[in-house]
Amino acid sequence: MMRPVALFELEAVTVAGVQRPRLDAVSLSLPSDGITVLEGPSGAGKSTLLRLLNRLEAPTEGTVRYRGEDLTTRDVLAHRREVGMVFQAPVLFPGTVADNLEVARPLDPLDALLERAGLPAAFLTRDAGTLSGGEAQRACLARALGTRPRVLLMDEPTSALDPAASALIEQLARGLAAEGVPIVLVSHDRGQARRLGDRVVEIDEGRLVAA
Amino acid sequence: MSGDVSWWGLAGSLIMVAAVGVLSFRQRLRLERDLVVAVVRSLAQLLLVGAALGIIVDPDTWIGWSFAWVVGMILFAALTITRRAPQLPGVFGVALVALIASAVAGLGLLFALGIFPVEGRTVVPLAGMVVGNSLAASVVTVRRLVDAVAERRADLEARLALGLPWQQAVRPTVRNVLRTGIAPDVERIKALGIVVLPGAMTGLILAGVDPLDAVRVQLALMYVILGAVTTTATVIALLGTRRLFTDDHRLLPLTRDARDEG
Repeated sequence: MMRPVALFELEAVTVAGVQRPRLDAVSLSLPSDGITVLEGPSGAGKSTLLRLLNRLEAPTEGTVRYRGEDLTTRDVLAHRREVGMVFQAPVLFPGTVADNLEVARPLDPLDALLERAGLPAAFLTRDAGTLSGGEAQRACLARALGTRPRVLLMDEPTSALDPAASALIEQLARGLAAEGVPIVLVSHDRGQARRLGDRVVEIDEGRLVAA
Repeated sequence: MSGDVSWWGLAGSLIMVAAVGVLSFRQRLRLERDLVVAVVRSLAQLLLVGAALGIIVDPDTWIGWSFAWVVGMILFAALTITRRAPQLPGVFGVALVALIASAVAGLGLLFALGIFPVEGRTVVPLAGMVVGNSLAASVVTVRRLVDAVAERRADLEARLALGLPWQQAVRPTVRNVLRTGIAPDVERIKALGIVVLPGAMTGLILAGVDPLDAVRVQLALMYVILGAVTTTATVIALLGTRRLFTDDHRLLPLTRDARDEG
């Protein structure tokens, strides 16, 4: 039987840094289902790795493939719409929550997006600046879901949140993975990695420790 | 003419500078050396320029020399911008295009509408005003732009991550930079006459020109300079942002502000 095509595949990927490479000849393949957690201490290179996957970062050397296709041959804007991203600190744009969702040129109704992210439709008219940390992160998730991503990247999505808000985000991540949206999530929290990851990839000093 | 300042008069004006020197010495401001350099340089530079202008404004001199002077002025201004705002990659080319655009627009309007005749007497001084103001606006715009983009990296990357092209992602930031850049000039024009008696007008009145004539000259200049400065800032912002992103819509790492370094 043929091996299923990997979601992402890195081949000897190096990203140069100021003092030492941020990623050093990393080869890795990520499965196309469930939650994969990239775990490691801060500065290990896991965020850099995640940013390679939607081309916010480009490798200095090596190749990144998405479902077997070299990333550099793909239309970068279409790729980013297909591979959504949620950042560590929730970034909301000025305006209402609805304004924020509109920036993504959403393919689904706004209230449905909010619902998937665990927020009531009443939030649409709220000024984005008045949201709590947890609400803001869920609004960011709703915004990312607007493009109907086939993959979701999450960069330490709970590190700025309190335990209750974190638990909610984890629950939402699990739900999305169960719906068939594979997730690659960065975390420095070993407990979260064990709890959430169907697979855990350990990174330290720009190198793979365990996969 | 009442505007004549004799060499003795000029020397007399140095009494104020001497007073500043004494103040600096007694208060240990250590500005004496800079003060001497400033006075000597300004004397030498302006006297040299005055002598050269004497040749240029001579009606018998070919007008092409005036325009050659303007070209030199623009090149020097672009180099100055490159030195003072190096944080933007490829700033020289951007500045050059911006200065040329503002000079063509500003001088073009002044001459095409016949506000001033195209003469040796007018080309270089008017270009000096347009390019000089554009130079200052360029440095400020480049610094503001790079600072704003660096400050808003998270916002910009969140937009890029949604699949927005860099042109769209950066638009709110550019709008902000331009608004905060141009607003002070508009404010300055509002206060004109009440607080500030602008230079050209003051000069003309001192030289014996009828104040209302002087006012008309000054206003025409101010409006054209506002347009020139806005042109410069816009060109810098539009071409400059391009230098901050890659072809594949990534935001480049930025050295925040060269002034803060070392």
